[in-house]
Amino acid sequence: MRTFSYVRAPDVETALRTIATEPNAKFLGGGTNLVDLMRENIERPDVVVDISRLPLTGIDELPGGGVRIGALVRNSSLAAHPLVRTRYPVVSQAVLGGASAQLRNMATVGGNLLQRTRCLYFYDEASACNKREPGSGCSALGGFTRNHGVLGVSDHCIAAHPSDLCVALAALDAEVEVESTRGTRRIPLTEFHHLPGSTPHVETALAPDELVTSVELPAPVTTRSRYRKVRDRASYAFALVSVAAALEVRDDTVTAARLALGGVAPKPWRATEAERVLLGAPATEESFRSAAEAELASATSQDGNDFKIELARRTIVATLRDLLTDRSAA
Amino acid sequence: MAEVRLRVNGADHPLDIQPQVSLLDALREHLGLTGTKKGCDQGACGACTVLADGERINSCLALAVQYEGAEITTIEGIDHPLQAAFVRHDGFQCGYCTSGQICSAVGMLAEHKEGMPSAVTGQGSGSHLSGAEIRERMSGNLCRCGAYNGIVEAIQEVAG
Repeated sequence: MRTFSYVRAPDVETALRTIATEPNAKFLGGGTNLVDLMRENIERPDVVVDISRLPLTGIDELPGGGVRIGALVRNSSLAAHPLVRTRYPVVSQAVLGGASAQLRNMATVGGNLLQRTRCLYFYDEASACNKREPGSGCSALGGFTRNHGVLGVSDHCIAAHPSDLCVALAALDAEVEVESTRGTRRIPLTEFHHLPGSTPHVETALAPDELVTSVELPAPVTTRSRYRKVRDRASYAFALVSVAAALEVRDDTVTAARLALGGVAPKPWRATEAERVLLGAPATEESFRSAAEAELASATSQDGNDFKIELARRTIVATLRDLLTDRSAA
Repeated sequence: MAEVRLRVNGADHPLDIQPQVSLLDALREHLGLTGTKKGCDQGACGACTVLADGERINSCLALAVQYEGAEITTIEGIDHPLQAAFVRHDGFQCGYCTSGQICSAVGMLAEHKEGMPSAVTGQGSGSHLSGAEIRERMSGNLCRCGAYNGIVEAIQEVAG
């Protein structure tokens, strides 16, 4: 690993001032992604600003029934928190479905938002990658694409976003609060990550001098929510397809639906087309299938990930069916 | 170089190391504590698992400097019934993953005791640490010899 200067930020103000004045600095939270990327020579900061001791570790109830989650809350603390487990089961399930217990003990909420793709061509310096080296091409196109995206991809990049947590946050209308020496602003989670287009190296709306300080969840439309993840082994693997869903049904009619997909797109994919079909529709498997068809209508695939389109449709239907029938999900 | 004071297995160790040195390398190369193993060096195998303030972490993805002040426990500092149970149940073959498995299991039992849920909790397992619970909670520790059955039995015996 290339060396760097290490600065331990004693408070948020110092962290923001340091990142604003050092031209090639990076914040270090849990380290689970950044340390790996530095070892792989993909991230090459001159200065690493350790923010892990900043007091951004609260999970607080908001007036109106929402929750504010500090950016440095560990994944394991988030998954275990009573407020999260009771109001947002989908968030707890998404976190527990990701990584390993060791990694969840280290990884932070803010870092989860900023983790980079696990596309093997992005990691492999001998391969072309527009994300790692803008303009160099994309070796994934025509390559091994089992883990790549089918929605929102471009001719420049088909990498999938790796997060489970972000899929749940996208479904729940989360907002990200970011701070810099210039002030504070809020970004809806669904606008936080960019689609690749012709600039796949531009991954988020975060400016280089901004720090994610918290994530806010509004009061849930329903506590009946669930995360379902399909992967190549039973645990400790990235999603081939995942679905975060919340569903409210009254008199056999869908009165509220929140749906997002993971493993299939370069960003956590809010399934707005499916939601449109579901709202007001009879709560039946047929409606669920129509919603899934509508969402995947724009999908494009490679030889290696064509299966994901049908797998995503079926996983959407299965997740909604679970929510409809399984009383324990409430 | 930076001076870093690491607290490992109850003793303080001042070290002159560069900031990019991982906790794993600091333990093995600078403190001679080679019980902690380097497997993948990218957070995918769990061989490097140690406890930091009682919580299991992957020391390969931890910068040593970031863990200044934390109470680090490695396999050399562990005296736990799990160790004899692993022997009794053949919870290993080559033994390379074993330090990580045991540190991880110590952390896992503490997490379970404190009520930490897992991805399979709530699927009929209750608060009992079933085989399915152990497999899910220990999924961050790979064993290429495939001694998983013995590992699960050893943990289950200790968990009671």
